[in-house]
Amino acid sequence: MASVTLSKVVKAYGNVPVIHCIDLEVASGEFLVLVGPSGCGKSTLLRMIAGLEEVNDGTISIGDKIVNDLPASQRNLSMVFQSYALYPHMSVRKNLAFGLTNLRMPKDEIARRVADAARILQIEPLMERKPRQLSGGQKQRVAIGRAIVREPQLFLFDEPLSNLDAELRVQMRVELAGLYQRLGTTMIYVTHDQTEAMTMATRIAVLNKGIVEQIGTPYELYNFPRNRFVATFIGSPKMNMLEATARGDTAEIAGIGTLKLPDGVRGQGSISVGIRPEQIAIGDGGALSVPGKVSLVEYLGSEIFVYVTLPSGERLLVQAPGDARIHNGEPITLSISAAQAHYFDAEGLRIGT
Amino acid sequence: MTDATASATDTAIMAAAFREARAKRARRAAFLKHIFLIAASFVMIYPLLWMLASSLKADNEIFGQLGLLPADPQWDNYTQGWNALPVSFTNFFWNSAVVTVLSVIGNVISCSFAAYAFARLEFNGKTFWFALMMMTLMIPYHVVLIPQYLTFLQLGWVNTYLPLVVPRFLASDAFFIFLMIQFFRQLPRELDEAAMIDGCSPFKIYWAIILPLSIPAMATAAIFSFIWTWEDFLGPLVYLNDIQDYTVPLALRMFLSQDSVSEYGQMFAMSVLSILPIILFFVIFQRLIIRGIAMSGMK
Repeated sequence: MASVTLSKVVKAYGNVPVIHCIDLEVASGEFLVLVGPSGCGKSTLLRMIAGLEEVNDGTISIGDKIVNDLPASQRNLSMVFQSYALYPHMSVRKNLAFGLTNLRMPKDEIARRVADAARILQIEPLMERKPRQLSGGQKQRVAIGRAIVREPQLFLFDEPLSNLDAELRVQMRVELAGLYQRLGTTMIYVTHDQTEAMTMATRIAVLNKGIVEQIGTPYELYNFPRNRFVATFIGSPKMNMLEATARGDTAEIAGIGTLKLPDGVRGQGSISVGIRPEQIAIGDGGALSVPGKVSLVEYLGSEIFVYVTLPSGERLLVQAPGDARIHNGEPITLSISAAQAHYFDAEGLRIGT
Repeated sequence: MTDATASATDTAIMAAAFREARAKRARRAAFLKHIFLIAASFVMIYPLLWMLASSLKADNEIFGQLGLLPADPQWDNYTQGWNALPVSFTNFFWNSAVVTVLSVIGNVISCSFAAYAFARLEFNGKTFWFALMMMTLMIPYHVVLIPQYLTFLQLGWVNTYLPLVVPRFLASDAFFIFLMIQFFRQLPRELDEAAMIDGCSPFKIYWAIILPLSIPAMATAAIFSFIWTWEDFLGPLVYLNDIQDYTVPLALRMFLSQDSVSEYGQMFAMSVLSILPIILFFVIFQRLIIRGIAMSGMK
């Protein structure tokens, strides 16, 4: 296990900067997920840690050693790629053993480690097969197996579940979480899927346009987003955002009404009020009642997503239990609780705690 | 029978007649298509058949008759032709085999090295060197023949196999390099990256990952290299002076005598034998060639 420290790391392709002076600490044994929209630089950052991309400025340390100029093979890490990157001409056994053979490890030690990995990942019957004879899930297991046989101090995962179907993705997610608990090794995991991020991470770093917007536990990110970007990025379905004008301890939401701001939240001028779909109640009774009309109902079984058009023309997404009897086109009243809402100033930064 | 039933019967008869007519038309079209294809194939294969037939004919029969079938097959053309020249064809075939095998090995190794560098490694002036290499594809061999000859003359390599073989070990054939570059570029870079993390040097990545995955491209290059070297006439003509060192194409030329009667039957017999290795290679490896060309994006 090793900690990873990124200090003022910069990366640019030609004149195009992609990583802007990032500072990041990953504690030993931590499962850090880098999450963000496409093109935010999360994979580039991971590849820089792996030694597959050069660092233009700043330092990357693994343990207490600066590794900027250390080749990937000497960083004592393993990486699982999105495309699995299994060697197509080698059997599963050879794929697992290849890295160890390069380390000139004794043959019996290689055999022991390969057998252990095969047992942990339940791929023993597949050992003599070629990658083309494996399903997507089996390939992913082999790719993970190839990573764990090296018993590295750091695991890197670059969207490893993206190529799997939804059911297999859930299964592999659970297995990866189990593997992390079993090995306890430091893991850095890149994904654009926030469900993966929320369910697996001990901490999440949200990246956007080459900067870290917020680092925190899944709970912190969900309940206390530092800014508007994190608030809307984390959470599925997405947080509703309403534009408002703050006057001290009240906020006038255009076309809806006035909301008394909770303790500790004060503002002047333009603000945004963010309300998660599950925090909007159906019916009267909240701090602010809003009439609207149901424009679309999405039935998901255990829950429904109700799209409500307000008189102002804005649309709110509301999450309701699956047995709620709500139909397209019918009038509806929504209640908003001031305490459960999130408030952001004109720059998009969180107001209050 | 009601009118409706009669009408249905008429319709069924008409449909059956229509189907029959359509099937007839399809049969006629297929027949004409096959006749055309067979005729076209015959035109293509006729020179080969003519050579094969001529190898079994007496000299006066070769140019005297239009028919392909020999009146009296002259199997002696093969046995006599083999030893008709001052040096036996065993020697010529051996010489051709040495030059060809070394050229194929040289081409495959050196061109794949160069292609790997262009496809996967980063170095200063890569684009410039690549453009320069591609430009050599446009220069006809005859243009560089004299400067090359003078160079090899200075080196004292004339009348040896070195001018025919050594350049092959120096990645001199841009076509094969280009072919392999295209192939290498299709291999996912993640494989290289995974291998880097697994502790491979660039050479080890080439040797353990890229090369085994590029067998179709290597086979394609090897087979084309084999064919072009085996049937090369100009190179050996320029650099080889001693009949003992002649390759098969040069030996075949010796059958055409300007001051005495040429033994055409024997020459064609030896010509038939000379193309056997090429046919054999092509038949064995044609699937790899086609796969290689298809996978490397070459048409």
